[in-house]
Amino acid sequence: MEVPILRQGQYLIASIQSALTDADLSHLREALIAQVGRSRCRGVIVDVTALDVMDSFAVRTLRDIAHMARLRGAETVIVGIQPDVAFAMVQLGLTLKGVATVLDLEEGLAFLNRRTEERTFETKPKKPSGRG
Amino acid sequence: MGDELRLPIAADVDVVEARQQGRALAAVAGFSSGEQTVIAAAISEIARNILMYAKKGEIILSLVQNGDRQGVSVVAIDQGPGITDIERAMQYGYSTSHGVGAGLPGAKRLMDDFDLQSTPGQGTTVTMTKWRRAI
Repeated sequence: MEVPILRQGQYLIASIQSALTDADLSHLREALIAQVGRSRCRGVIVDVTALDVMDSFAVRTLRDIAHMARLRGAETVIVGIQPDVAFAMVQLGLTLKGVATVLDLEEGLAFLNRRTEERTFETKPKKPSGRG
Repeated sequence: MGDELRLPIAADVDVVEARQQGRALAAVAGFSSGEQTVIAAAISEIARNILMYAKKGEIILSLVQNGDRQGVSVVAIDQGPGITDIERAMQYGYSTSHGVGAGLPGAKRLMDDFDLQSTPGQGTTVTMTKWRRAI
């Protein structure tokens, strides 16, 4: 089952529609990282609302996506982790340390808007330039 | 009761199928949706271990009863290389396959009963059960 990746402005949105095999997850990772470069996007949203289980492989793949995208200049946010899924993840001892997670797509877009603004700031020189 | 569901594990789609069947069985047994997810996650970890280490094997799901308690039993059998150091294999974060190291210890945390039998060169059998909390 291939995960559709939509482009919205500066962001890529991957909406997982159904249960994914390990191969599907790996494919999503490759596709997203390739598209970050091709579309020169600044942010990635992975919507996992439809996932009814996240095991160690899924969590590791999401973490890899976030870290790889960051190395390619894009921020990632995971949206839509369901309460039952969060419960099982905590029991399993799985964390998404270093990866942004928010409640839903709307919050995800707001998060990326804030983050990409901050990043633009960070890359500006510290000393005030002539342009003010 | 007594019926068991035998699921071959030989490809990653089988891992998804096994955890979905496990969730369905847990629903039949009256587990909450949170506990169904916990059982599905444990099956996912253990089924993936079969694929990673033994390439193929089998998951057997059944409903079990102990007094007035009902539960779901998951047995994972393979004829793979077996585990030489069970103590280390049960340590969280230890992996011989560049994995997360959450498979066996993770599944143990998720389930109530957990038993691991392994003979190097012959295979591994994991037997685990989740019991429904008394209402």
